[in-house]
Amino acid sequence: MAQLNMVQAINQALSLEMARDDRVLLLGEDVGRDGGVFRVTEGLWERFGSERVIDTPLCEAGIMGAAIGMAAYGLRPVPEIQFLGFTYSAFEQLFAHAARLRSRSRGRYSCPMVVRTPYGGGIKAPELHEESTEALFCQVPGLKVVVPSGPYVAKGLLLAALRDPDPVLFLEPTRLYRLLREEVPEGEYLVELGRARVARGGNSVTVVAWGSMLERVLKSVEGYDAEVLDLLTLNPFDSEAIVKSVQKTGRLVIVHEAAKTCGFGAEIAATVAEEAILHLRAPILRVTAPDVPVPLAKLIDHYLPGAEQIRNALDEVLQY
Amino acid sequence: MAETLRELLSEEELLGFFEQMVLCREFEESCAEQYSKGHITGFLHLYTGQEAVAVGCTAGLQEKDYILSAYRDHAQAIVRGADPKKVMAELFGKATGLCKGKGGSMHLFAPELNFMGGYAIVGGQFPIATGLAWGSQLLEEDRVTACLFGDGSMNQGTFHESLNWARLWDLPVLFICENNFYGIGTEVHRASAQAALHRRTCGYDIPSEKVDGMDVIAMYQATKRAAEWVRERQRPYFIEAVTYRFRGHSMSDPAKYRSPSETDVWKTRDPIPNLSRRLLEEGIATKEQLEEITKRCLARVEESVRFAEESPWPEDAAVWEDIYV
Repeated sequence: MAQLNMVQAINQALSLEMARDDRVLLLGEDVGRDGGVFRVTEGLWERFGSERVIDTPLCEAGIMGAAIGMAAYGLRPVPEIQFLGFTYSAFEQLFAHAARLRSRSRGRYSCPMVVRTPYGGGIKAPELHEESTEALFCQVPGLKVVVPSGPYVAKGLLLAALRDPDPVLFLEPTRLYRLLREEVPEGEYLVELGRARVARGGNSVTVVAWGSMLERVLKSVEGYDAEVLDLLTLNPFDSEAIVKSVQKTGRLVIVHEAAKTCGFGAEIAATVAEEAILHLRAPILRVTAPDVPVPLAKLIDHYLPGAEQIRNALDEVLQY
Repeated sequence: MAETLRELLSEEELLGFFEQMVLCREFEESCAEQYSKGHITGFLHLYTGQEAVAVGCTAGLQEKDYILSAYRDHAQAIVRGADPKKVMAELFGKATGLCKGKGGSMHLFAPELNFMGGYAIVGGQFPIATGLAWGSQLLEEDRVTACLFGDGSMNQGTFHESLNWARLWDLPVLFICENNFYGIGTEVHRASAQAALHRRTCGYDIPSEKVDGMDVIAMYQATKRAAEWVRERQRPYFIEAVTYRFRGHSMSDPAKYRSPSETDVWKTRDPIPNLSRRLLEEGIATKEQLEEITKRCLARVEESVRFAEESPWPEDAAVWEDIYV
């Protein structure tokens, strides 16, 4: 099996699905001839042509909206937005229309599109290029939000997203693009949306993470009897898997690189409080970024949750 | 009939233009070096080739006038008066930076110089410029807002919304498009239905003109004339400055989408040698004088790198500053 990084795994998923289903098309700024900002779509323009790999003008709202129209017409558009911070100008199209097309047409239309965008910190770039505002997008019913944590799941999740009948926001952790390589089967396989994955078994504390934080959590929990859940899909999220794990361990730590206030950790904590509060042997702790815009350079190390903070949280719940 | 430079400007002003362009060029080249050494991280968009636009347009404005820019903003800030040392320190992410080392290359900001920011979101500055102009008009402060932007941003909705509003309410905004022909790798004609960009303002009844953005004198004259027109009539105006970036969109862009021969042609129009040639031909400066100026610029850039290197990193606690009062 080939050892691929996440860029290659995503490229392979797109390529496979475009070959299998000629309704799938890519659109975005410089996704074609240039292969995208992070070169994720490299080679696809040459292979599938400019009608299926479309270099658009610089207009995120237009890209998002055109994709909705294409999806309603029965195509399977895959808009790429260069950074999560650039989706803000397309927010209206995504939030007010893509997510609600099924509901607004009372089930007569669906909006099968996958919005791909790099997200998250750790590439030494400033705000708007390192955003992890995923929770904003989880607030709207009708939109699925998926975050892979490595090459293998990235390919399987993307293929599943491309075949999903509803709009999916596919957040690709920028820091992981070329950081890790994993064995990735050449052919197609699906990783089910809405299901968390047990990344590491354990009995005394449950740690929930996603995206680029998973790698950091797995390194930090060495020496602890911790069960690590890789959430993979944030909306709809696998509350069952979390509750089941917490019922076993009695302790929960949530790690995310987004700001704390109204971060997705709050939703998980509330759900566990609703469904498993009597199993808890310690307060639920969140390890997050501070409530500030993403800073530049050295300060990013202080901003992103690190091993020390993760271990402190584990010690705190274990010694409670 | 072309006028001589002496008829247009004083010797001091002309040499000042030369010095500012050289300073910006050397600053950007030094940034490239610091980026390859890993001292500057993230995304770095260099202005190399476009210097005549920033220098000419800033000179054509008054100090009280506002300037807003996109993310290719080092030159605009420096020409406006930002200390190159502070700009370099900002790019390094050091505490002594223009914005405390927290914003970096794309988010320079110096309200004390009436430089109202570089904007990393393409087209983000259009409505803000419109609002600033609204403020100056309402408060009867005699101020023009110059909004600089790239060709690619004219395809964003904010461009259309802002031009419409600026003309509807007749606000003192001077829109200056820096047309370098590429939005990252996409040429103007692949992104804009009307590739003659200055013609796109007819729909908003805003007068416009196309200016040679590789000629600092032309840029200066056009901006000065336009800014005074805007100031007097309190109405928006549009300049398309035709220019070229000699480097890629950012340091991670190898610019494979354009041919070396295209770049070579544009290099014959490099604004710096073109001005120096004219200065020499008209006997305004000697070769030695220009070399002296270049040396002085190099020394300032070296000093700015040294300053940035020696400056401290921000304290961790700085991450909490400037969020709320």
